[in-house]
Amino acid sequence: MALENLEFEEPIAVLLKEIEALTLQPRTDARDREIEVLRRRVESVRAELYRSLTPWQRVLVARHPSRPDLEDFIHRLFTNFVEIHGDRRYADDHAIMTGFADYKDRPVLLVGHVKGRDTKEKIYRNFGYARPEGYRKALRAMRLAEKFSRPIIVFVDTPAAYPGIESEERGVAEAIAVNLRDMMMLDTPIVVIVSGEGGSGGALGIAIGDRVLMQEFAIYSVIPPEGCAAILWRDATKKIEAAAALKLTAPDLLHAGIIDEIIGEPIGGAHTDPAAAAKQVDDVLTRMLSDVSALDGETRLALRYDKFRNMGRLGTDFRDEGS
Amino acid sequence: MAWFKKARKPIAAAPKEKPSRVPEGLWVKCPGCAQIIYNKDLATNLNVCPKCAHHFRVSAFDRLRMLFDGDWVEYDKGLVSTDPLTFTDTKPYKARLKSSIEATGLKDAVIVASGAIDGIDTIVASMEYGFIGGSMGVVVGEKIARAIERAVDTHRPVVIVCSSGGARMMEGALSLMQMAKICGALARLDRARVPYIAVLTDPTTGGVTASFAMLGDLNIAEPKALIGFAGPRVIEQTIRQKLPEGFQRSEFLLDKGMIDLVVDRREMKGVIANAMRFMGATRVQPLPAAIAMPEVELPAEPAPQS
Repeated sequence: MALENLEFEEPIAVLLKEIEALTLQPRTDARDREIEVLRRRVESVRAELYRSLTPWQRVLVARHPSRPDLEDFIHRLFTNFVEIHGDRRYADDHAIMTGFADYKDRPVLLVGHVKGRDTKEKIYRNFGYARPEGYRKALRAMRLAEKFSRPIIVFVDTPAAYPGIESEERGVAEAIAVNLRDMMMLDTPIVVIVSGEGGSGGALGIAIGDRVLMQEFAIYSVIPPEGCAAILWRDATKKIEAAAALKLTAPDLLHAGIIDEIIGEPIGGAHTDPAAAAKQVDDVLTRMLSDVSALDGETRLALRYDKFRNMGRLGTDFRDEGS
Repeated sequence: MAWFKKARKPIAAAPKEKPSRVPEGLWVKCPGCAQIIYNKDLATNLNVCPKCAHHFRVSAFDRLRMLFDGDWVEYDKGLVSTDPLTFTDTKPYKARLKSSIEATGLKDAVIVASGAIDGIDTIVASMEYGFIGGSMGVVVGEKIARAIERAVDTHRPVVIVCSSGGARMMEGALSLMQMAKICGALARLDRARVPYIAVLTDPTTGGVTASFAMLGDLNIAEPKALIGFAGPRVIEQTIRQKLPEGFQRSEFLLDKGMIDLVVDRREMKGVIANAMRFMGATRVQPLPAAIAMPEVELPAEPAPQS
């Protein structure tokens, strides 16, 4: 399958074209060797590029149209998935998917954003922009998990909550706020994986958990770089500077104490080898889930509270100058 | 050769509108009804236009004066951001902080204090829009979270007066996480059955709306305040049309069922006190000065680390 190349992957695209041109010619041993050399070159160029991605380049990888999404992970890591729909209030939001499944023979609840792959699907999923109903559906499903003591696994991948008239009319802010408060008290293990774009409140609205993990090239930000550039620089083309200033990469978030661990990705990003990427998610998820499941409910809730309570550290992020 | 000749001197262009020569701050023009109001009249009327009831924005400090019966005790006054991301856009964040500190006399965008509201000992967090748009970074998050935890420990009602553009971009994802931090504290407050009243004033948007502003036992808005999640401009860009008049204003939200009531500022204190009494808060009789020290409990609390 030919993958879409990102703008900074131009050197790779050039090599791939050369390889393609060679494969169209009659096969000879010499030509096969040449192709082999070029393939290795692709690998090394890719490794070189991905070793030192800029924040903006990571934004592009996190938004890659072929990046493994919730449906990919369900397909690769879970069995017996049954989707449950609707918030029992107004509608079924397609940008957030919920359902139960088995993970290593153990029932779990899955919650996550879905952006959609092709145009038709993207429109159906509203490009991953959830409306209030999505957040309310997520909470309803999570209460179900709590009631029957099933762990919750969340995959976060959204540009933002949907900024539209109906979203405001039906109280998207209230829906997110209620989730933040109530997820803090849900008496069941919650593991959150930011797998693509962690788009501000739209992401956080389902991202309260005992563990918050991030895939290596995912991003998590208070505002998209484009929006930040438009507001602070008054120039949307300053998105590259904004992406760097916002410190939205996985290593930045680990450093800030916001996430617990980075899940590695194959060189070239999860989309170049979804199976390997899923395996890496699987390993960390299994470990984290067993860690938090081992705790008794009261301890787990106290630790969850402290985890978020300690974001913004005295002496590091703020100081006390007295009165 | 010109066919027409200007016989007279051209009329001088209107001089650039000079700032009014009326002594600074003596008179104010109401943006609601264009009436000229004497500043003192405005102040005695809680910064509400006496002619059309337009609500002017007020500072965090004035807000406390309007709510409390008398004096108050301020908490965590010295907390200040360290600029954790060393953020720079067109101007370093440190410089923005510095000029806001100078302009407002505050160290960040919220004042937290306790005092009596109609005799009820209450903890109030009052946001300052003049401090980087009232935006919420780690200091605002920490001060409000501490305020709520104090309220849980001492069973005192909480009032948060919101006035904010949302999370503070210059502190990145840390700002975002303050939403979770405060909502966590509110969850405990809720479990402890301690009253929480959110007062939504112009403007309340973004991450503040999507966290504590919407979680009051009562969400009370001032008239015509802008209240929403996404800003109007962002929505207009998304839907590519002009938004209807009054969209995202208090009355609109009331109509959509998103807030409990819209209250004129001049009646706000009474409504809050009434609501707190409904929620079980009791009036502590104003005690003689010698023993009027509800703060004697304070040393028992975990002392702020320094």
